[in-house]
Amino acid sequence: MSEAVSALNRASRDGFVRVEECGLQGMVSLRGDLDSAKLAKAVTAAAGLDVPETGRILASEGRSVAWMSPDELLLIGPYAEAEPMRTALDTELAGEHALAVNVSDARAMFRLSGRDADVREVIAKLCPVDMAPGVFEPGRFRRTRMAQIPAAIWMPEPGEMRVVCFRSVADYAMTLLGNAADKGGEVGVFA
Amino acid sequence: MLILTCPCCGVTAEETEFHPGGEAHLTRYGPGSSDDEFHGYLFEKVNPKGVHFERWRHANGCGKWFHAARCTVTLEVFGTYSAQTTEPPQHIKDKISAKRPGWSWREFA
Ligand SMILES: [Zn+2]
Repeated sequence: MSEAVSALNRASRDGFVRVEECGLQGMVSLRGDLDSAKLAKAVTAAAGLDVPETGRILASEGRSVAWMSPDELLLIGPYAEAEPMRTALDTELAGEHALAVNVSDARAMFRLSGRDADVREVIAKLCPVDMAPGVFEPGRFRRTRMAQIPAAIWMPEPGEMRVVCFRSVADYAMTLLGNAADKGGEVGVFA
Repeated sequence: MLILTCPCCGVTAEETEFHPGGEAHLTRYGPGSSDDEFHGYLFEKVNPKGVHFERWRHANGCGKWFHAARCTVTLEVFGTYSAQTTEPPQHIKDKISAKRPGWSWREFA
């Protein structure tokens, strides 16, 4: 077996916010009828979580389930758990019109950490999203545009943001986030 | 700036999160249609100053298509609605009538 590595192998950059590539992450895309009881049961079997409401992400014990679109969820967990999660979904959803795909090696994840106001500012520089406190808070999950690439963002807790994008643009994303977080580039809009 | 609300996921964002899909409610003439019908479908788009109906896709968001009714002069959006319809719903037409009395667009008014 070849040794799997993430796109940037945990590269990091320190500015007024720290930017790290998260290393290997397990990610399973699930498409299907999000209102179906069978799908909800499958998600619980695979990740131990419920189906999140529109635009939300649920997390517990190292697993997350994010609402991607009216017919799509993203299950996140440890890299080694992606295949077991996909298998569990396939088993539970046998005969249903649904599709579970292990996309772990097709995505990259970044972690931004620092002061809450600073972390919000780095994202606000790059995405057309209102990052004001009270508007964007933990629990929200937002797919959007980050400069010239699609990205998904959420806030596990104040002072931390996660960003997921396609693996093929991981280097671009790292440069974007790193530049936006460079010392001397503080705007202080949320301070 | 054009600001749209996606009816599929509820997100409100400026237009760079979306991708325009051209004029709404076209009849797609294909095999078996007359040359005039096919020509009209391909080339004869309206280009109104004022009320307009368009298709948009939430390309950098939930990925879904939807319809938007807006004003091409002011960029005011009267409303967005499902892609799964061949005509503007009544509540959208009512909203336009409240702001642009006497409006018309193709066969709709
Ligand atoms: Zn949407």
